[in-house]
Amino acid sequence: MTTPILEVRDLRKVFDVRREQGRGKEELVAVDDASFTLPLNGSLAVVGESGSGKTTVARMIAGLEQRTSGSILVNGVERGLARPRGAERLRRGKEVQMVFQDPYSSLDPRQTIRSCIAEVLSLHFELSSKDRDERVAGLLGDVGLAQRHASVHPRSLSGGQRQRVAIARALAAEPRVLILDEAVSALDVSVQAQILNLLGDLRQTREISYLFISHDLAVVQQVSDEVVVMHRGRIVEVGSTDDVLRAPADEYTRRLIAAVPRPGWRPQRHARTVD
Amino acid sequence: MSVVEELVLEPPTFVQRARRGEPLVYVLSGILVLIVLCALFAPLLAPFPPNHGNILAANLGPSGAHWLGTDQLGRDILSRLLYGARLSLLGPTMIIVFATTFAVALAISSVWIGGWFDQAVARLLDTLFAFPGLLLAILAVAMIGPGLLAPVIALTLAYTPYIARVVRTVALRERHLAYVESCQVVGLSGWQICFRHLIPNVSPIVLAQATIAFGSALVDLAAISYLGLGVQPPQAEWGLMVSDGQSALLNGSPWESLSACVMIIVVVLSVNILGERIALRNERAA
Repeated sequence: MTTPILEVRDLRKVFDVRREQGRGKEELVAVDDASFTLPLNGSLAVVGESGSGKTTVARMIAGLEQRTSGSILVNGVERGLARPRGAERLRRGKEVQMVFQDPYSSLDPRQTIRSCIAEVLSLHFELSSKDRDERVAGLLGDVGLAQRHASVHPRSLSGGQRQRVAIARALAAEPRVLILDEAVSALDVSVQAQILNLLGDLRQTREISYLFISHDLAVVQQVSDEVVVMHRGRIVEVGSTDDVLRAPADEYTRRLIAAVPRPGWRPQRHARTVD
Repeated sequence: MSVVEELVLEPPTFVQRARRGEPLVYVLSGILVLIVLCALFAPLLAPFPPNHGNILAANLGPSGAHWLGTDQLGRDILSRLLYGARLSLLGPTMIIVFATTFAVALAISSVWIGGWFDQAVARLLDTLFAFPGLLLAILAVAMIGPGLLAPVIALTLAYTPYIARVVRTVALRERHLAYVESCQVVGLSGWQICFRHLIPNVSPIVLAQATIAFGSALVDLAAISYLGLGVQPPQAEWGLMVSDGQSALLNGSPWESLSACVMIIVVVLSVNILGERIALRNERAA
């Protein structure tokens, strides 16, 4: 068996929160001994309601949050706890990239789309300015944006267009793993579908693994092979998307599926009847 | 993958923005530019040398030769007003440039590093707030001696916390926005993120704060000169001119005090209104 591109072992995050009443602090366990693996070129979804700790898992993997204990292995190599410097920081950037939930805050309002993507390219690759512009154009094309979008500022773009730019920027570093933290949940359904199709297409043409963080089971069904269900910081169920959504073993997963506002909803893409 | 054709909204052109903007802003900016030009080209514009006086022609009213009259030593008031603009504007400019630089450096590094450092900076700013600017200036004069240097140092110290506190609050908000965090994930260094993204995005607020602080720094400096602790005679400076003209004012020739006062009021008023307009525009943009 090959090394998984991403492995998380006994990951734990405890926040110190101030007590609502009285003095002192108390501990809030946001993530409790989470373990899962993301296979090479795979697609894994972490689902759960808000407050279940799924975003904290994503932020720890991206290096935006310090873990309390446990380990994160990217391509079989453990990530240290210290703030990365120099070459290590760049190496991590080429391993894991992240697309954030809110398309309206995920781009620098003072930067044009071209310079936003070019900044990442010139950080990671030695390119002539001509080559760099070509790469920017190529990335914009990949995410389905027109070339004229390169010279505008984010304020001229819609939420869906901004999210595509955010994806293009993340892809510019050519990461092995792309984390999508509720990356489509702020968008309306048609734009959502376009972006999900785009992500599916990219997986055909590049070697890239996805880690989806989502509460939307319809999205998860469409894009991920495997699913991890989190509830109050703990992983309650792991399995292939079809199995988990069709025959949930855990009570919480059953309630999560039952909460989808479509009565009698069934997985449709790979719908199979049970003999 | 097909290219999705969607409408691209272009930002407003300069003409559109000028039409939308209020004429007051242009008038006030014009006045300030004019005053700065007067200060720069004072030697060319002034009809007389600023320190050359004829004691026999003292305390004259406005005339063809002396447009604003003469002071108690017979020096041309208009010439002194023009030369006075240099020191009167240089002082606050230095204070604001230094205070803004310190404030931005302090606020941004405290927000970026966070943790105990941020707490320490917050306490330091609270402590600095406790010192009134004028008192600090008087202390500095007592230590260093009268002149422009002591008040500038003291007021720089006094204005830094005012600007730093606002910058810190705004930078704290920006710090955890997704665009800054995605820069981190991409692998940009802290310096790169601060200089390319964080500082440019707080700069409109910095500009508004610095502009408003310029007005009060000018008033404070003028007050210090008026008390005789700042710029020393015979140098020309507006605050000093107000106090110099005091005895003449009591003797019925108000021109020196009056004209210097008017200059101070015009500059401070213009700068304050401009600063508020900048702040207002930031609010609308946010």
